Amino acid sequence: MRPFKYTRATEPNGAAAAVGANPQAKFLAGGTNILDLMKEDVERPNELVDLTRLKLAEIKEAGGGVSIGALATNTDTANHPLIRQNYPLLTQAIVAGASGQLRNMATNGGNLLQRTRCQYFYDTAMPCNKREPGSGCGALEGLNRMHAILGWSDKCVATYPGDMANALLALDAVVRIKGADGVERTIPLSEFHRLPGDTPQQDTNLQHGELILAIELPKSNFAKNSYYLKVRDRASYAFALVAVAAAVELEAGAIKQARVVLGSVAHKPWRSQEAEAALAGKPASAESFGRAAEAAIADAKPLAHNAYKVELAKRAIVRALMRASKLA
Amino acid sequence: MNEEFHENSEPELSADEEALLNEMPALADVGLTRRRFLKQTLAGSLGLFALDLLAHEQALAALSPSPGAVFADKTAENLVKLALKVNGVTKRLEVDSRVVLLDALRERLGLTGSKKGCDQGQCGACTVLVNGRRVLSCLTLAATCEGKDVTTIEGLAKGDQLHPMQAAFIKYDGFQCGYCTPGQICSAVALLEEARRGDVSHVTEDVSATTTQLTNEQISERMSGNICRCGAYPGIVAAIQEVHSGKKTAQTWGFVDDQQLARVRKEDGNAAV
Repeated sequence: MRPFKYTRATEPNGAAAAVGANPQAKFLAGGTNILDLMKEDVERPNELVDLTRLKLAEIKEAGGGVSIGALATNTDTANHPLIRQNYPLLTQAIVAGASGQLRNMATNGGNLLQRTRCQYFYDTAMPCNKREPGSGCGALEGLNRMHAILGWSDKCVATYPGDMANALLALDAVVRIKGADGVERTIPLSEFHRLPGDTPQQDTNLQHGELILAIELPKSNFAKNSYYLKVRDRASYAFALVAVAAAVELEAGAIKQARVVLGSVAHKPWRSQEAEAALAGKPASAESFGRAAEAAIADAKPLAHNAYKVELAKRAIVRALMRASKLA
Repeated sequence: MNEEFHENSEPELSADEEALLNEMPALADVGLTRRRFLKQTLAGSLGLFALDLLAHEQALAALSPSPGAVFADKTAENLVKLALKVNGVTKRLEVDSRVVLLDALRERLGLTGSKKGCDQGQCGACTVLVNGRRVLSCLTLAATCEGKDVTTIEGLAKGDQLHPMQAAFIKYDGFQCGYCTPGQICSAVALLEEARRGDVSHVTEDVSATTTQLTNEQISERMSGNICRCGAYPGIVAAIQEVHSGKKTAQTWGFVDDQQLARVRKEDGNAAV
């Protein structure tokens, strides 16, 4: 690991300003991803600003919904009574990811900012436009079984690997952030992560030095009928091949509104408004769900090794909606 | 093997073995008295090997941080001063900002129980407790542990009394090579506390309900961050299940003694072995 200056932040303004003032500085929270990447020489910050002493771990009711502190751990978030009762989809998504140890360390803010697990991104001997812009994409014509089927570009076919953000997107989350100048703003989670386009080095629309303060969830009508389905190579402790965050609001057996978010199929959590439109007003049934799944995946463009993800995603959508509707 | 277990046989011990035995309080009480357990251990073919390993670990653990050792000041950069509690004792360290907790424990504090497996957060061998929560010490910067309370495998036993989870791992053969075991045990100890709090897992059917009963499926899922290359999982799950449920089952094995060994060899017509 390359040498870096360690700075312990004592309040949010100072933390944002410290990183804002140094283009090579990064925030440190749980450390589960950035330290791994630093050991691999993928991330090379010359300064880490430790956020863990900041008072940003509170989970509280706010504006009819809930505000989740950026520094609350994944474990504390998943197990908080407010989340378990009102947003079980989020609890399910969090505990589908990583291990007990990692969830104890990982924070919500850091979880949103985790980077792809594309092996070409991790291997510094390989070309990767995300790691080294202009060097090419090793995965495009390489081993791409784990990679994107939606929204990719010829510059990058990596996927966003997380679970928590898929549920947050389905629950209409908003991210509250503080800029290096101390000014706060909010950004809907739907606009937080990016598609790769020509600049895959940018995972998100955050500016350098912008600090995540909290994730805000509005009041949800999905608590009764939601389900997080994660399909992976083994039963536990692996990244998703395909994940689905599904939620429906039912009224007399018909779907009043629905959410369908796919994970690990694109450079960002992939919300399918096509699928949601196909479900609105329809009866909750395998037939409706099948049509929604077709709509969700209609634009998929698989790579050489991941055509299986198209069929898998369709079936996973149907399965998740069936579970959410308590029909399976 | 219907022969009665001969508990009172006293194998001859060399002076070295006697001395080792007297220096090994950590092996006490696995449901047997200390002396008897140790002598039975010695009677087994792996006994001396195990004692030798443990003696090495103890000797290393007894070393105080050496100012001239591996991370000498002249090669360290971005020094961070910190004070943390390790197994109840306050330790003051000055570390390179790059040093992770695992390396600080092993290389600076001589606590080599926590193991370096993958060193990238995938295997769980480095699991320790920080403020009572299980974490991966390979992905925790030592610098972030200022004022924290760290418990390692060395801190679980109370004097001569093994932690119940340690004793259960021995009873159920929850290991083969033993490399992942300190991480497994630390993880398991924290897991029981998580279950007591009613924490959910990936295999919890209804996450809004508070349940604390751990099925074997629950234990497997909750231990999925600790990989065992030897595949000792059935023993690990059984050990955790016993400590969790408090329902003790009879130990299904015991250390063989010389008389039993001689008898078996004679029956096999292989007395010379």
